[in-house]
Amino acid sequence: MMQELQQLANNVINGDKRSIARAITLIENNGEKAQRLIALLYPHTGKTHIVGITGPGGSGKSTLIEKIISELRRRGKTVGVVATDPSSPFTGGAFLGDRIRMQKFTTDDDVFIRSMATRNVPGGIAKATREAVMVLDAAGKDVVIVETVGAGQAEVDIIKVAHTVVVVFAPGLGDEIQAIKAGIMEIADIFVVNKADLENANKAVTDIKASLELNTKEKAWKPPVLQTIALTGEGIEQLVNEIFQHKTFLEKGAGISKRRKKVETELVEAIKDKVADLIIEKLRKKKGFNELVEKILNRKIDPYSAATKLVSELTFNQKED
Amino acid sequence: MSSERKIRVLIAKPGLDSHDRGAKIVARALRDAGMEVIYTGLRQTPEQIVETVLQEDVDVLGLSILSGAHMALFPRIMELMQKKGLTDVLVFAGGIIPDEDVPHIKKMGIKEVFGPGTPLETIIEFVRKNAPRRI
Repeated sequence: MMQELQQLANNVINGDKRSIARAITLIENNGEKAQRLIALLYPHTGKTHIVGITGPGGSGKSTLIEKIISELRRRGKTVGVVATDPSSPFTGGAFLGDRIRMQKFTTDDDVFIRSMATRNVPGGIAKATREAVMVLDAAGKDVVIVETVGAGQAEVDIIKVAHTVVVVFAPGLGDEIQAIKAGIMEIADIFVVNKADLENANKAVTDIKASLELNTKEKAWKPPVLQTIALTGEGIEQLVNEIFQHKTFLEKGAGISKRRKKVETELVEAIKDKVADLIIEKLRKKKGFNELVEKILNRKIDPYSAATKLVSELTFNQKED
Repeated sequence: MSSERKIRVLIAKPGLDSHDRGAKIVARALRDAGMEVIYTGLRQTPEQIVETVLQEDVDVLGLSILSGAHMALFPRIMELMQKKGLTDVLVFAGGIIPDEDVPHIKKMGIKEVFGPGTPLETIIEFVRKNAPRRI
């Protein structure tokens, strides 16, 4: 198995499309093999610039991405795209339609597009997204674009994956103020008001700028607020300029700590993945576990106190490492 | 997360059809049956379709065609699939395809042809039963 994986990893690093596709499938299905593959690929990652594109559904993310790819290709950059769409919580099925708007790049050898379903992981980014990005990174793509599910407020997980986060709004999608007050405002490195030919586009820009001014924390990077019309390509060149400006910013002083923080988050997330299952399994085996379930059932104790009690009794055995 | 293998399907529209109601209904039915369905959109070339099969690493390819150009486009698609080594992908077709063409189409390696009025359940069952079990 190890030899087979090494071969796959080598092919990915050489940019073989079939192998990239197979590697992402392996990762999506998340087995032991996936982890070994990541281990082989990781030393070859860290060169790509990862751009997250998020924002409410209907704001034009996919169309915008098509135009960004176009501009990046004009500049001679190779591009990877990971586009996520929601899985149904009821059937587990998914309809992945982001690709439709990017199909014209399908036959471009320097562009690789992959659609992914969220498989019911909250936060807008499929669990496997981060690792799929690593595959494209190892394959040598200059820029990898991650498109998240267009839900809105809670889609802040993107900062754990992307270096530059672009938040896309469109005028008239409903309550602009609603979009502005939520967590999504704080994650943006660049704001885009798309469909800028529509009425109220200027108001949306003013609203975002006003909201940014309320932010009293002094920041080294001030998120620009841009206007685009993705359908015609207007404003795209400037958007790509800003993305590279932000990249340059990150490569200097302030960005180094951000990169470090990102790696730290990666480690913490990886630990969480492992630890939760490990501990729960351990606790289930304890005598007290079923007793506590019984007590919670009879309203003798609340689940939070029960959890505190169980966890406090945990002992960590160094030798189990 | 469950590590159960999801069936990934590409529904593709080769050629110059101008509507895709049927393709979308099939896509939706397969989605509701728990599969991950990617849709290419209209007016795709054989090259685009086969490249999408490759990048998305799908298990199943469904071709929908209404224009009558199937005897020109299908052989080209199957030839490219062969060339790229995508021989373990299950391929089926649907749309307006005369009965007398069906044997020829099956000979190309397209496993089944579903005409108008096929119950969605039949297509779902077919995909479930025939989708390759890969890694």
